[in-house]
Amino acid sequence: MSDTVMTSATPSARRRPRFGATHIDMSHGAGGKATHNLIEGLLVPAFSNPALDQLSDAAVLTLGETRLALTTDSFVVRPLRFPGGSIGELAVNGTVNDLAVSGATPLGLSAAFIIEAGLATEVLIGEIAAMAAAARRAGVAIMTGDTKVVEHGKGDGLYITTSGIGVVDPVLQLGATTVRPGDKILCSGTIGDHGVAILIARGDLELEGDIRSDTRALTPHVAALRQAAGAGLRFMRDPTRGGVGTVLNELARDSGLGVVLWEDQLPLRETVQGACEILGIDPLYVANEGKLLAVVAAEQADAALAALRLVEGGEEAAIIGEIRTEPARMVLMHTHFGGTRLIDMLVGDPLPRIC
Amino acid sequence: MKYVHEFRNAELARAVAAEIAELTDPNRHYKIMEICGGHTHTIYRHGIKDMLPEQVELVHGPGCPVCVLPMGRIDDGMAVAERPEVIFTCFGDMMRVPGSKGSLLEAKARGNDIRMVYSPLDALRIARENPDREVVFFAIGFETTSPSTALTIQRARREHLHNFSVFCNHITLVPPIRALLDSPDLTLDAFIGPGHVSTVIGCSPYEFIPTEYGKAVVVAGCEPLDILYSILMIMRQFAEGRRAVENQYSRVVPWEGNQQALRCLEDVFELRPTFEWRGLGSIPYSAVKIAPAYAEWDAELRFAVPGVRIADPSECQCGDVLRGKLKPWECRVFGTSCTPEHPLGTLMVSSEGACAAYYNFGRKAIDKSEVSA
Repeated sequence: MSDTVMTSATPSARRRPRFGATHIDMSHGAGGKATHNLIEGLLVPAFSNPALDQLSDAAVLTLGETRLALTTDSFVVRPLRFPGGSIGELAVNGTVNDLAVSGATPLGLSAAFIIEAGLATEVLIGEIAAMAAAARRAGVAIMTGDTKVVEHGKGDGLYITTSGIGVVDPVLQLGATTVRPGDKILCSGTIGDHGVAILIARGDLELEGDIRSDTRALTPHVAALRQAAGAGLRFMRDPTRGGVGTVLNELARDSGLGVVLWEDQLPLRETVQGACEILGIDPLYVANEGKLLAVVAAEQADAALAALRLVEGGEEAAIIGEIRTEPARMVLMHTHFGGTRLIDMLVGDPLPRIC
Repeated sequence: MKYVHEFRNAELARAVAAEIAELTDPNRHYKIMEICGGHTHTIYRHGIKDMLPEQVELVHGPGCPVCVLPMGRIDDGMAVAERPEVIFTCFGDMMRVPGSKGSLLEAKARGNDIRMVYSPLDALRIARENPDREVVFFAIGFETTSPSTALTIQRARREHLHNFSVFCNHITLVPPIRALLDSPDLTLDAFIGPGHVSTVIGCSPYEFIPTEYGKAVVVAGCEPLDILYSILMIMRQFAEGRRAVENQYSRVVPWEGNQQALRCLEDVFELRPTFEWRGLGSIPYSAVKIAPAYAEWDAELRFAVPGVRIADPSECQCGDVLRGKLKPWECRVFGTSCTPEHPLGTLMVSSEGACAAYYNFGRKAIDKSEVSA
């Protein structure tokens, strides 16, 4: 076995991808490799600057002594309402969470609405109310916004874009490069709930199950972790599109270290696992909207876990893995069955297998 | 009984693995082919390779229906999908398979109406809901999926649904196994027989494998413990000097198959004299087409398809991988110009394809065993 072949098959260190697709397809929106290629191949080269080039959940800007976090996110979910939440609630929580996992306390949000002509006013009122309630729960105000209306048939009823600004905790130094071998990886609860809830709510699978989206603001979870682990808190992300598998791959790539997971420690609802088995998709790549992955120094890990479990929505938190020097830049999982397997980044949209 | 956890029990797995190790003759090599792509996927997903002695080698067979479909058939499907009156429906993992002019996913991105379905009955529903459109189902698969296509065609006739048709690419399992066994460079010792295909065809069609070729066959379920246990059953045959067809998946697979499904296949389909398999070439009587009685629902007759035979890319070594001659990573384009994002060969497309399975789950194992060796 020659070294050259293995090198070529090994995920490389940060290498700027060339964007080769002639048309945009759905995989470019799935949060996996294609999305990365779109961002790093088209956007970053054109807009390059130190804040953007970090490619974290929020850009961090320094203003005198203060560090500010700035983030933005668009929400295009279908159906607009689903068990456990709705587009309005997602739009607030999603941006609040991007700030929270950047170690920032949200100061305020903006909200832009693209409304399709023909949308029932009642639906719009419902989503505005959902946003107001979510903002109240997260302790953040919606301070500015915009509305546009597009022709009937040119949108899925309602798209919402929110941006957020927050003040970064001066104690925290978060980032993949601060992660050390031996650090533990914490997951704040069951994975895959949101993505599977949406798949089922779409109704074209003829599957039924009591699975609810996990959408929630993660500010209290971050506060608990910060309190328990202090500067031992090294890295945080909310595994939305692309799921836990994609976030951990980014962590492995950006830290240059190995990520080792224990499958039997992954919090996973039986119903979600069942749906994933039937559909042939891997819960590691399914979106979450109220879960947090954190890397914590080994000495603080147990305290951090205990603190997380006391927060509402963190009861099922678990230590799911750890950072090692090997396999460098890869995510390896010890399967429940007793073997090992590599967890790669998501390629394409998670397509169900046929048999 | 949840039918998931029971068949992933780590403690039982350790016991089975220990017995396999005990039965392994350290001085010989065992080359076992799992025919089914679903098995390949399970083997990698659960890391079964790590639990076997180094003398026991698993080779991936031709049992991924997406992977063995030749480019020309994809081009034919694409030609139908690009017609403005057509709603083209297919299973999810067909969407990324490259034809000579790109994949269906790319055709969809260009604005063609291509929809993913989970069952041919979903395609039939779309046809009912869109009476002014032509709805075509891209049918692929072995005997696992062909009965559901057959039932759908029967139902279309019963409902007098005339805007529905099927582009039939159903294949049969036994002829390619025979072709593999006849290939002069074959070095296999035993087969893990497919589980789901066997629920339809049963175990008796494999009896020629031990009697004519002297190889063991154990039909296995698709959970990791099923596969590990079937390997144990094969190792027992070796230890006892036997070669036979055995059924590990007896909780689902009847020895004589599912008679009702087989009758349905016989009603709707007839054998094609020959069919091209990607990487394996043309194999006689290895696929079916829609029988004359159901010709009205045959998309190949309803629409003119180019029907051109497209050679695989010359750098592609899918055929050698399918025959077990090369390991996926020994192919000259593995991981370089052929990756799951930009597959050249079909083995890199489906999660059941040997190359994609290696690429996604197994690289670390290759790294450990082959590079350090």
